[in-house]
Order: sequence, then C-alpha cells, then structure tokens
Amino acid sequence: MVVVQQKDEQSTTKQAHPLAKKRVWTIIILIALLLISSILSLMIGPVKFSMSDIWHGLTSADDSLERRVIWELRFPRLLIGMLVGACLAIAGAILQAIMRNPLADPGIIGVSSGAGIAAITIMIIFPNLLNLLPLAAFLGAFVTALLIYLIAWKGGATPVKIVLVGVAVNAIVGAGTNALMLLYSDRVQAALPWLSGGIAGVGWSQFNMIVYYAIAAIVISMFSVKHIRVLRLGDDVAKLLGHRVELIRFCLIVLSALLAGIAVSVSGLIGFVGLVVPHILRLIIGTDDRYLVPTSAIGGALIVVFADMIARTVFDPIELPVGILLAFLGGPFFLYLIQRKGDERA
Amino acid sequence: MLKTENIQFVRNAAFSLQNINIDIKKGEIVSLIGPNGSGKSTLLRVIANLLKPEEGTIMIDGKNVHDMTKKEFPKRLAMLPQMHDHQLDLTVGELVEFGRTPHQAKFKKMSQENQSIIDWALEVTGLTHMRNRPLPSLSGGERQRAWIAMAVAQRSNVLLLDEPTTFLDIAHQMEVLELVKQLNEEFGITVIMVLHDINQAATYSDRLIVLKAGKIHYDGIPQCVLCTEMFQTVFNIDAEVHNNQDGVYFTPLRRKRGNL
Repeated sequence: MVVVQQKDEQSTTKQAHPLAKKRVWTIIILIALLLISSILSLMIGPVKFSMSDIWHGLTSADDSLERRVIWELRFPRLLIGMLVGACLAIAGAILQAIMRNPLADPGIIGVSSGAGIAAITIMIIFPNLLNLLPLAAFLGAFVTALLIYLIAWKGGATPVKIVLVGVAVNAIVGAGTNALMLLYSDRVQAALPWLSGGIAGVGWSQFNMIVYYAIAAIVISMFSVKHIRVLRLGDDVAKLLGHRVELIRFCLIVLSALLAGIAVSVSGLIGFVGLVVPHILRLIIGTDDRYLVPTSAIGGALIVVFADMIARTVFDPIELPVGILLAFLGGPFFLYLIQRKGDERA
Repeated sequence: MLKTENIQFVRNAAFSLQNINIDIKKGEIVSLIGPNGSGKSTLLRVIANLLKPEEGTIMIDGKNVHDMTKKEFPKRLAMLPQMHDHQLDLTVGELVEFGRTPHQAKFKKMSQENQSIIDWALEVTGLTHMRNRPLPSLSGGERQRAWIAMAVAQRSNVLLLDEPTTFLDIAHQMEVLELVKQLNEEFGITVIMVLHDINQAATYSDRLIVLKAGKIHYDGIPQCVLCTEMFQTVFNIDAEVHNNQDGVYFTPLRRKRGNL
C-alpha cells in the first residue's frame, strides 16, 4: 500500500500554528508603534510640546496654548487619521480577498473616486446637506464597487482586468469631477484641498461626523472575518459547504464600500493605504483573515498617522497633504507588485 | 442511495445533458468516464447541486435534494471540485476544520465532537503529523489528501470527486486513488468520481458510467463496459481489452485513419 505511512513522527496534534508567534509579535509591535507615533504626532509641529504638556492639554479644560493646540487641533486630527487609516486598510484587505486579487484597493479600482464624486457633489452643489456627506460618499463608493464587480468579476477577474476596469472607472469619474468643478468654479475652493487627500484642518466636527459610522463598520468587519475566510476556499467549495456565496460577497462589497466611503468623506482621496498595508502584513503573518483584518486596521491607522506627521512637519512651513506623500510611497510599491505578479504568471 | 431521475441540463445550444437516470447503491465506487466535453464534470456538478437542472430530480437517501436546507445538504454529500487554489494560505488542520462548518452551531466554538472528527479525518488520510503544515508547502498528492480530508470531515455518506488525480504524477495518482478505495472499504462511503484514465477507473471502481455528448452510453461493471465496441463508438479509437486476475484493462491501438 502506498498511502498509509503516517505515525512515523510522534503525533503533534495540539502544536501551535507555525506563524503563531509572529502574529502575536506583529500585533504587539504594531500597537506599540501606533502609540509612539500618536504621542510623537501630538508633540511635534510648529509648536513643540513635552509629554507633560500633552497630558495637560488633554486633561485640563483651561484656555492654555497646550489646550488649544493639542485638544482642538492635533488630537482630533490624530483620531481621524487613525479611523481613516483603519477603514482604508480594512477595505483594501476585504476587496483583495473577495476579488481574489492582490491589486484591489479602493483607490486603484475606483471605489474611492466614486465616493469622491458623490462627496464633491454634496460639497459644492448641496452644501446645506453637509452632514449627509458620509452617506453620500458611501453611496458613491457602493455604486462604483458594484459596477466594477459586475464588469470585472463576472467571468473571472484577473488582476489585469481589475486594474483596467479601475482605470476606466477612474477616468469616467475623474471627468465627471472635473466637469462639476468647472461648472461650479466659484465654489471649488472649498473642495480643493480635499481632492489631493489629506486631513489638514480637520477637527472635532469631522470626527463626530464619522466616528459612529467608522466604529460600526470596523466592528462589523471583525465579525465578517469568518465569511471572508470561507470565500477564500473558492466559490464551489464554499457553496458545497452550504454557504450563500453570492450573498456573502455582496454584503462584503457593501461593507468595503462603506469603509471607503467613510474614509473618503473626511479625508478625500487618500490612495494606496488599502493596497500597501494588507500586502506588507500578508508577507509577514500570512493570509489568514482572522489576523490579517485586525492587523490591517492597526497598520492602516499607523501608516496614516505616521505619514500625516511627516507630511505636516518635514516640509515646514508647507503642509503637504498626506495623500500626496502616501502616493509617492504607494505608487512605486504598486508598480513593484505588478512587475512581480507578471513574473509569477509568465 | 443516490438516484437521479430524468435529469435535463442545457448549457447552450451545443451541449446539454439529456435523460440522465442513474441509481447508485450504498458503498459503490462509480466512475464517470467519457471524452472531453461529454458532460462528466457537468453531471457531477448537477448532482452536487452546483448547477440547477432544467428538469429532473436528485434524491439522496430517498430525500429530494431541493428540499434540503443549505446546512443539511453538505452533511449528506461532500464534493471535491476540480480547481483548487494552490496558494490558499491555510494549514492542513485549518482546512479540515472547514469541513465541520455545516455541523457547527452559529456563534459557538468548535465542539469536542467536531474536534475529534477533525482528528479522525486527519488520521484516516494520513495527515495527522502534517496538521500544522501550510498547504502551499505540501506536495500535490499531500495537498489533494488534505482536501479529501476536509470533505471526509463533513461525514457525508456520498463523496464526489472531480478528476482528483489531475496534475499529479503517477505515484501520487495511486496514492489518492488508494485513499479513496480505503475510505470506501473502511467507512462505506459511496464515491462518484470523474476520472480521465480509463484503466485507473476500471481498477478502482465497482461500476463505470460512460458518457458521450451528454448522454449515458454504457453503465455497468468494468468487465462489461470495457470492450472494443465501447472504445470505437464512444472514443472513436481501436483498443485491445485484456483481462487478468485483478480485473480488466485496455491498451489503445493506433487511431483509425480517415476517421478523424
């Protein structure tokens, strides 16, 4: 008999997963780095503060300089950076899983720009509806995500196809955005910094606008992990195990659109976070979504907080929008991924 | 135990399954054979409820498949489809766990019973010591065994395999087929599989069903099905059929000229 040749090694039934240690360490290190970056980003800026100044600024309610700069400016900006980063990175991780495509990212495949055009419409045509901005951005993201799914996924979505559809969608939506801006050129000033993607000048009002949506979406994402894992088995196997594959995929698309919409509604078009973060983490801790999704959330928060700190301090006195800095970092990474993918397929 | 009545499945104008009536007994190993495009895999997918037939019914244990719930069906029938993602980043143990999801209550942890069935599935497929190995690090044969272990963990009475030996070298092909035979003999699992290699199908099956152009042409024990006439009408080749104590096998002769 050819088959039965087990039991030559002692049975190691309850041994740890080969990546278990790495996963724990990755989470610990990411949280530590996020903490350090957060503190640094509160300290650094045109006015520098010490740790005790920060504490004072966060806890006391007087009218000191610390209070005004830290509590009113830097702290809400930090929190928004975290939420935006987490949402974008989770959206990327989910899209990559459901499209089975490493190049899926809300920015690249056009979901963000869909959210963007909806948001701009609100900003410059219906400014009185500004508190519906996250909802509009979500609807824009959802419609584009669905469109891309229908065009690219049905009949199998190869990485190239996804990217090409993304290029087309981005072009169409971009043209629409430009048209809007020309037609309403008198009001465009309000939307301009938002377009390049950044969280400069955001405060508590923006934070309050997105925080409930963001936390709800992040929590739902954590509970969706087991469905994401099921889809990874492939449609046939998932169906054979009794799962409603189409329904799951549809819900996950809605979820990722929601995440992208939330991020876009406050930070504009920040790209590549959803691409870079899950990718780097996958290289370290593997593809298991039970770890990939939560670590992506932390990693996304980290990268946006860190990049925003760099963007607003290094080029002092000019404040670079964080989206531009991230594009400088993420663009080359994206090209590297395409080139590597090409090698594999060849 | 598994019965199809009058199945009609139309894919397009050029291809359809017509009038498929098969009755498979408990504990049988049945192989579907036939030329490319004859509808073997399609029939398997129809039986597995992955494709909806236009007409006809499929009964498992006397119960109509369409009356079964999403969770009930996988407890009665497990299938290994043809294409797997070779880069799927799971360990063997994690993959096999998925076989228990139909049995798992929502929002609960894996029960003790489920755990012991996973242990059992790993043991019968000889993978206990590879439990924590990631799938991409396995050989093709080992990986196929891991997928079979997942299907076995469903504890269904019927196991469907769609070309389980494709892309494997001959030693690994044997390894997989021996495992299937062993599962059938030890646990009475009914097996329906699509095989390309007719000699392997004849060696490992109790029964062969030969399809051509969406119709069943032959259905019977290998000794009856493997005959020169079958090779001529279904595969359009001349073949020599040999009998020995282990069963029946064939060798192809050169293709008929002018009959391409």
